[in-house]
Amino acid sequence: MRYLLLIYSDESQRAPMTEEESATGYQRWADYTNWLVEKRWMRAGDALQPTDQATSVIVRGSERVVTDGPFAETKEQLGGFYMIEVDNLDDAIEAAARCPGAELGTMEVRPIAEFNLAEGANSGQ
Amino acid sequence: MQGRSTEEVVDRVFRRESGRAVATLIRVLGDFDLAEEAVQDAFLTALERWPADGVPDNPGAWITTTARNRAIDRLRREKVGQAKAETADRLRALDAIDEMHEIPDDRLRLIFTCCHPALAIDARVALTLRTVGGLSTREIARAFLAPEPTIAQRLVRAKRKIAGSGIPYRVPPRELLADRLAGVQAVLYLIFNEGYGSTAGAELVRTDLCDEAIWMTRIVDRLLPGQPEVVGLLALMLLQHSRRDARTDEAGDLVLLEDQDRGRWDHAMIDEGLATLDRAITLGEPGAYQLQAAIAALHARAPRPEDTDWPQIATLYGSLAAIAPSPVVSLNRAVAVAMADGPAAGLPLIDELAAELDGYHLLHSARADLLRRLGRDDEARDAYRRALELATNPAERAFLGRRLAER
Repeated sequence: MRYLLLIYSDESQRAPMTEEESATGYQRWADYTNWLVEKRWMRAGDALQPTDQATSVIVRGSERVVTDGPFAETKEQLGGFYMIEVDNLDDAIEAAARCPGAELGTMEVRPIAEFNLAEGANSGQ
Repeated sequence: MQGRSTEEVVDRVFRRESGRAVATLIRVLGDFDLAEEAVQDAFLTALERWPADGVPDNPGAWITTTARNRAIDRLRREKVGQAKAETADRLRALDAIDEMHEIPDDRLRLIFTCCHPALAIDARVALTLRTVGGLSTREIARAFLAPEPTIAQRLVRAKRKIAGSGIPYRVPPRELLADRLAGVQAVLYLIFNEGYGSTAGAELVRTDLCDEAIWMTRIVDRLLPGQPEVVGLLALMLLQHSRRDARTDEAGDLVLLEDQDRGRWDHAMIDEGLATLDRAITLGEPGAYQLQAAIAALHARAPRPEDTDWPQIATLYGSLAAIAPSPVVSLNRAVAVAMADGPAAGLPLIDELAAELDGYHLLHSARADLLRRLGRDDEARDAYRRALELATNPAERAFLGRRLAER
């Protein structure tokens, strides 16, 4: 099964780091990513820029509304993600628990909704 | 079985044994709903046949085989379209369940799946009672004083999450086992305490919850032998449940441990509890359930309240506080110390907890009791008053009211 691991943390708590701290931090994420690759679980993953760089877009009828900022103001913000492919939820939980993001904030594990396009409209039966 | 209709007998036996069939069919079919429907079909067949033919020698195997046949019927009736291949696979898998004596007991994986930490705790409880215990939605609703649709909804959501989120149907691998087993024990003890903790409401149904929890803990112990804390939990439940008849008076009010008629304790159950505790201790790996069982055992062994080995109980609470620290455990230890070494030794230990447990009536009643025994009547009266403000159980309120009147 494929899962998206969503990495949430409080942006305002991200303290400025020394060069050394930032190098150590970067190394932890790199090690984690390598571990996912070695397990053959890694499908995709990236960090996101902070929510002050976010733009929200809605379309209602013919009207397109573009606003500054994220979809919702929350205590913790989405800061990055991994997509993994594993056997079951236990493996996905293992992957989430080992992510450095689990110690900084909260990891949300979301199964990907799989649609069987080949079966078409009959798949509901 | 006198006075029970045949239908009730069939219902009782069927319920106890149906968990095995559900567990095996879920493994084979990978589908909780289809498994439950097939077992429900088998129940209708049992209602038809058992009254005439008698209950089969191995009801669990009979139900599994019958449910398997009903599942085959159901699958054959299904519209065969795109799912044809899948249906054929399922039918082939069902054919593998053939020889009655070869049907494995899959209930362990069922229990672990129902108690998976990704499910909400109340969903774990309901799902375990429904699929492993064979309780109906209505029975679960009555036991938890919840509306039936609420429980039904909870079960539907839980099953949907198991399928949708990829919760595996298995006994966890070694590296997860200890953690997940602790989760299973927590669910079982929660079910037990739901039956044990309250003396209000639908009394009978709640005592059933204790029996249900004990019965399921026995299954885990049998299918996963040699787990010290599982054995310890079973001992703890047996020793606590042995007091069930003495815990309430004729009016149905709670009777405190020291006032209970010990002749009404279930001594056969105590003996089993003590033997079970010995079996746990032999495994040589202490834990919180075993320590609590050991404390319950010391109460069970005392013919009269004054025979209780309080110094030993104080020591055991000390060990419990070391591995599972909680202010309530520390309070129990303080009370045991006071019983062993006198009120002057226990009072400072209780005072240490006063800030943390200020909203807990038992802290104030325990403190009041020690102050009373030290002759500090004014302080005792204040503490009884505070305890009475916080207590909700009628028996405890009556007791506190009496003590306050004596001051």
